[in-house]
Amino acid sequence: MKPLIATACVIALAAGLAGCGEKSQVVVYKQGQYQGKPDGKPWDNEAFSGDKGNWETAIKARNQSQNEYRRING
Amino acid sequence: MARMKFICDAERCIECNGCVTACKNEHEVPWGVNRRRVVTINDGVPGERSMSVACMHCSDAPCMAVCPVDCFYRTDEGVVLHDKDLCIGCGYCFYACPFGAPQFPQAGAFGLRGKMDKCTFCAGGPEANSSEEEFRKYGRNRLAEGKLPLCAEVCSTKALLGGDADVLADIYRQRVLTRGKGAEIWGWSTAYGKPDAPAAAPAPSAGGKS
Repeated sequence: MKPLIATACVIALAAGLAGCGEKSQVVVYKQGQYQGKPDGKPWDNEAFSGDKGNWETAIKARNQSQNEYRRING
Repeated sequence: MARMKFICDAERCIECNGCVTACKNEHEVPWGVNRRRVVTINDGVPGERSMSVACMHCSDAPCMAVCPVDCFYRTDEGVVLHDKDLCIGCGYCFYACPFGAPQFPQAGAFGLRGKMDKCTFCAGGPEANSSEEEFRKYGRNRLAEGKLPLCAEVCSTKALLGGDADVLADIYRQRVLTRGKGAEIWGWSTAYGKPDAPAAAPAPSAGGKS
């Protein structure tokens, strides 16, 4: 009988102490998932016919046209 | 393709507002909404600097983090876009954005906010590329046409550059090396470098400030 009471006391003590524990109150931010409609790729159209490489070439050419040193000096 | 970014060279921006006008016209942005604007620091004081500011398409965008309906997404090209069908116009993104990029059209009396509108890097939105619906909601999709944002392409002094971040960095680095960086100097030579031929330099009597 004594061991049973002792075990119950230990469990009760542990349960009581658990109430003294302090959990972190800081909200941990979790990145949400996009909930909207899916978007297409910029090369998925008539102009580029899904050719990503072709689109990247066009964009790179436009990029370099912003470099006036290259534009002026050829 | 790496990340799409804007960079504004404050040594070159002359506050002409060409980028602002081009953007507004290209996307038929409603009255009261400015996707891009030019900010001038120390206006009227010698050494003033102007910067063209819009959505900077942050790699870790705070607007995405605070949106309660998760209507933001980032494309593979690094452009931050949002779904207007999902936006509730709460304005959290406006408070979170350090650049003041999110704009809200007035949607009724008493200052009722409409759905958020911002720079799309001329990449449209989550509608069929170059469709009428996409244009109505997000403006023209120039990226799908193989073009870069009009604000950057129209910039007369090439102060505003837009496109692949690595390429922009190369262009900017070459520019800085050519002109020689000197934040305490301002004027023509700082912005456009020191030409090899002295004759090509503007005469001081002609109003040059260098």
